Amino acid sequence: MICIVDYGVGNLFSLHSSFKALGIDTVVSGDREVIESAEKLILPGVGAFGDAMKKLSLNGLDKVIINQAKKGVPLLGICLGMQLLFEKSYEYGEHTGLGLIKGEVVGMQGRIPKGLKIPHIGWNELHYDKTCPIFRFLTPGDSVYFVHSFYAANCEESTVATTEYGTEICAAVRDGNVYGCQFHPEKSGKVGLSILKAFCLIER
Amino acid sequence: MITKRIIPCLDVKDGRVVKGVNFKNLNDVSSPVDLGKYYSDCGADELVFYDITASSDGRKLFTDILTKVAENVFIPLTVGGGINTVADFDRVLKCGADKVSVNSGAIRNPNLIREAAKKYGNQCVVISADIKRVDGEFRVFAKGGREDTGIEAISWIKKCVDDGAGEVVVNSIDTDGVKKGFDIELLKLVTNAVSVPVIASGGAGCAMDFVKLFKEIPNIDAGLAASVFHFGEVDISELKNLLRKNNILVR
Repeated sequence: MICIVDYGVGNLFSLHSSFKALGIDTVVSGDREVIESAEKLILPGVGAFGDAMKKLSLNGLDKVIINQAKKGVPLLGICLGMQLLFEKSYEYGEHTGLGLIKGEVVGMQGRIPKGLKIPHIGWNELHYDKTCPIFRFLTPGDSVYFVHSFYAANCEESTVATTEYGTEICAAVRDGNVYGCQFHPEKSGKVGLSILKAFCLIER
Repeated sequence: MITKRIIPCLDVKDGRVVKGVNFKNLNDVSSPVDLGKYYSDCGADELVFYDITASSDGRKLFTDILTKVAENVFIPLTVGGGINTVADFDRVLKCGADKVSVNSGAIRNPNLIREAAKKYGNQCVVISADIKRVDGEFRVFAKGGREDTGIEAISWIKKCVDDGAGEVVVNSIDTDGVKKGFDIELLKLVTNAVSVPVIASGGAGCAMDFVKLFKEIPNIDAGLAASVFHFGEVDISELKNLLRKNNILVR
């Protein structure tokens, strides 16, 4: 069973519907035992980093997720859920993340050319590592849907996809069994659904 | 770089899509669920679900139908019509909306945009303005274009963006339904006035109208239309090919 971790941040409706459309059973839960018994974990999230980490650690779910990831359970962080995988974020202050992936989360303001709109909203082309298992069904030129104002930096070793928005932006990361997508696969049409499907097909 | 977005709009009344539809491959041509799924699969970049009479009838949007639409749509979904309070935002977001579009509600409640943006983020709040030329100026209309508010449109949109609206939909009442192209004059003014994405609406009659829109206003982000897509007069994948041929970046 795949568990979509519910920690009171963001809308899980679309993610749940996406897996349903793929014919894949998921459970949406914030229960420690359910999370610990899941074969794979999805960590969603929208909003601000600090607030999300606070909510995640409220019930000790941060430690549960770290433990499961270290045991080898495939984990996919989406959007803010991807950013939480990093060591820290500079969104409204400085916040410590889950530390599962080396690097940090920084703002676009001042790092992308002037005149480009922030947040980075819309469909943008994915430049991806073809050997990464979650991209096995993609075709060069495929685009995905982004909505974000912060992005991961200093994470060259784990970066498996980038996109171009005035500068090169990290679009996806992987370190072993831990995966993260800055974009929203659940909002990226057939391409996005194929990424979720590929994640579900990963064998431990 | 980011691509230009093509957005079909479902104008829903009493749970059915209005403006008529004529699709060979759909059984129920006025079902918002079937039509939404069709657009999600055929290459539309986003979908707008608009309950067109919710505001003028003074009632709440149909959330049961919205939920069914959202379950089958895997592209961003913007929902509008009858959004007056932060509680209304909450209700439609729980039904699967990604963004919420406000129009009359923002006129009635001056704090709505600020409160909603604070709670859900700017990216979630869309100001949709129905605009018409009156006495030599652009005016904001309320209640689905039925009522002149007397408010000057450009300054109103600027204020909404300052309050936290993350996107602007500009519906030109003057060009809507005329099918002679988007309101370039008005759209240029709005695009130059704000730094958030602007979506053009009202007036698309053929695929070339979209080419003209993106050529004449390179900084505009998206083109929205209803009937030309519903009637099959403009096919989304053919439109995208035409835009590509004209060096306009689309997905």
